[in-house]
Amino acid sequence: MNAVLQGVLAFVQTWWVELLCAVLIVLVVPLIAGYIVLVELKVMADMQARLGPMRVGPHGLLQPIADAVKLLIKEDLIPDNADQFIFWFAPVLSMTAALTSMGAIAFGPWFQVARDINIGLLFVVGVSALGPFGIVLGGWASNNHYSIIGAIRSTAQLISYETTAGFALVSGFLLAGTLKVSDIVQAQYAGHVWYVFLTPVGFFTYLIASIAETNRAPFDLPEAESELVAGYMTEYSGFRWSLYFLAEYANMIVVGAVGTTLFLGGWLRPFPHVAWLGWVDALPALLLAAVGVYCVMRAGKQPARVQAMFMWVVALLCIVVALIFGLVEVAHASNFAALQASHSFLLLRSMYPGLYGAFWFLLKVSAYIYIFMWLRFTLPRFRFDQLMRLGWHILIPLSLVNVISVGVGLALESSLGWNRWPAMILTSIATLFVGMLLIRWNDKHAAAASASIAADNSQVEDSYAG
Amino acid sequence: MNDLANTIDDRTPQRPDTLLGADELVINMGPQHPSTHGVLRVKLKLDGERVIGSECVIGYLHRGVEKIAENRSYQQFAPYVDRMDYVAAVSNGLGYCEAVEKLLMVEAPPRARVIRTILTELQRIASHLLWLGTHALDIGALTPLFYCMREREEILKIFEKYCGARLTTHAFRIGGLQYEAYDTLEKDVERFCRGFEARIQEYSDLLTGNSIWLGRTRNVGLLKAEDCIALGASGPVLRASGVKWDLRKAMPYAAYDQYKFEIPVGANGDTYDRYLVRIEEMRQSRLICLQAIENIPAGPIMARVGKVLKPPPGEVYHAIEAPKGILGYYIVSDGGTQPYRVRIRPPSFINLQALDKMIRGHLVTDVVAIIGTPDIVLGEVDR
Repeated sequence: MNAVLQGVLAFVQTWWVELLCAVLIVLVVPLIAGYIVLVELKVMADMQARLGPMRVGPHGLLQPIADAVKLLIKEDLIPDNADQFIFWFAPVLSMTAALTSMGAIAFGPWFQVARDINIGLLFVVGVSALGPFGIVLGGWASNNHYSIIGAIRSTAQLISYETTAGFALVSGFLLAGTLKVSDIVQAQYAGHVWYVFLTPVGFFTYLIASIAETNRAPFDLPEAESELVAGYMTEYSGFRWSLYFLAEYANMIVVGAVGTTLFLGGWLRPFPHVAWLGWVDALPALLLAAVGVYCVMRAGKQPARVQAMFMWVVALLCIVVALIFGLVEVAHASNFAALQASHSFLLLRSMYPGLYGAFWFLLKVSAYIYIFMWLRFTLPRFRFDQLMRLGWHILIPLSLVNVISVGVGLALESSLGWNRWPAMILTSIATLFVGMLLIRWNDKHAAAASASIAADNSQVEDSYAG
Repeated sequence: MNDLANTIDDRTPQRPDTLLGADELVINMGPQHPSTHGVLRVKLKLDGERVIGSECVIGYLHRGVEKIAENRSYQQFAPYVDRMDYVAAVSNGLGYCEAVEKLLMVEAPPRARVIRTILTELQRIASHLLWLGTHALDIGALTPLFYCMREREEILKIFEKYCGARLTTHAFRIGGLQYEAYDTLEKDVERFCRGFEARIQEYSDLLTGNSIWLGRTRNVGLLKAEDCIALGASGPVLRASGVKWDLRKAMPYAAYDQYKFEIPVGANGDTYDRYLVRIEEMRQSRLICLQAIENIPAGPIMARVGKVLKPPPGEVYHAIEAPKGILGYYIVSDGGTQPYRVRIRPPSFINLQALDKMIRGHLVTDVVAIIGTPDIVLGEVDR
């Protein structure tokens, strides 16, 4: 017994940072996902000339919590004809895949569960690709026609777009020369450039593929609400439904994080080498302080006590982090020896890089997710054959060509001694040219295809007299 | 009805000729489905995602409006017609009032006719706006719905100021109008119309040139002109197929003969053309409103009709161009205070017949895009 206890203790002692991070992910990600939903509602409202949630908490800030409570206390329904076990298991699988893949993502230089995985991003992509199994199984187990169609669509979509995403990532991996998350960011730091500038085509194909992978509009066909009611989720309700929902938003964070790490410089601040942009370092402190002060100002005006308390907690959190940022920045700038030597300052400074990196990383991920939302409220939905055509006729060839052209660019650099910039610009232009050819060819093809549908239409007419 | 509803199930044979000997799949769209616009139920027979047969089941909203008419006096029945096409109540009221006026052989005074025209054209814009928003929502564009609702709200406010009601307005009376136009009616209508052109442009910017929208609507739900005529389809559905037939020009009623406007027609008769025709119709309605408020004649608003209406025995058919198509009233009088029989020709019901022809051979996804285009309102289909 004692030995077991000691074993556990030793385990905890060795891995306590990782364990803490893992617990944080499991606890915090659902909360963050809830708040992404709130942000989405607010962004949607902003674009649609209305206010969005305003009732629960100031500006609806407590809405996600109210929603979560509502979902948790709902009746747990499993349809009679459903396959009970798979119906139970499927959302858990989706959620597990989404959370597990977060383990290898580095949210800043410090915050990472699986620190030394040398296949880093490959692990993330591989594990998050398990998520759609949950969708397929859930759709199958529901024993409902709409669910089945949603599940089948999801499978086809995943196969098509995971390929594109993979190729797009390969172009980034080629530039970085490594799969390890921290090394990828270091490579971008050392190379003085984010890879989005070196291979813009790679970034944009990944962006599109990642929207499709997370089943977001305009690629949200598996759950197209106006066609399939709710697609694979039609029979789900309450907590199980919210697991799917959380998995979707967690997946958005994952794809956003992967895109940020590989193409947007991970936790580096914008232009880390440009001296006159040094004032950017003060931004996190100022921004957080402003949010904190605003919360303090609003706290007194809240109608309910719990709302005021919530505001105080948020304010406190923001101001503490802002202080850490601010003190370290000030100390750096002022060269104040007494302060720098003090014990508490050393503690603060030791926390600084992690928090600072996490700030920029999360900011970039948020921007990435904002693009998702923006597209969702602007564009109509694709039809399934159009989705497939876009995937197989344009994106996959384009991403393949991009991999080749990045390879050619690197070859120019290494064997002919070119500078990296001209080599990459040249190859990017070549890729764009191929992309334009593909689009033109596809337009012709699409017109022919839709004409043939119209022709078929008249043939079908006699097959069944309604 | 029940036998018809079951036919599809009876005819789902095994199909040994397909790969893996796959069955056909019958799915039931509605009566509770997010995009069947009310309580329409469509049974779809699918081969994969391809529609190979369909059947509409209607009647979930049947209230026996025509039968009710036989037990109400002529004036008492007027509010009931508002409840048929409840998103275009003013147009329904206009058709009914004019039909009874024809039966009574009276004519509404010019002032009443102009005000009727203004309100009816505003109602056409409101109805088309609601159609545009929900149609775009069916195709997956979330945002236009709210923009359309925003403008529709302005129109409903004008109705509310005029007669106190927003949706089921009962705005007109047999013989003219009950209410005089309120003081700032012209100003309100003009302000709305001046701002509206830019709004229509906003919708067009979002949708008309959008390549996803084009892909989803072009060559989808084709309906040839001769099919339209054979099925009796009317309104924007007919005009999108290239037939220039609009009762406002062909058999002018109210005050339409005084105004200049165009009848937009489409070329192919697909979903995209029906969209363009409706957008252009909103522009034309706006022009009609602007012309009408320029010159509203003075004078009485009510013709001389008695408190108790006793039309001479006989029958009358009167049709108007409602937002959704030709709305006809056939009224038989036996000389009493109540109609002997009222038969209503609802445009939605007749346009809905074209649905099966339009969706065959398309994918399930297209079905929702196509259900929107005849612009059906189930209150009117089932009556």
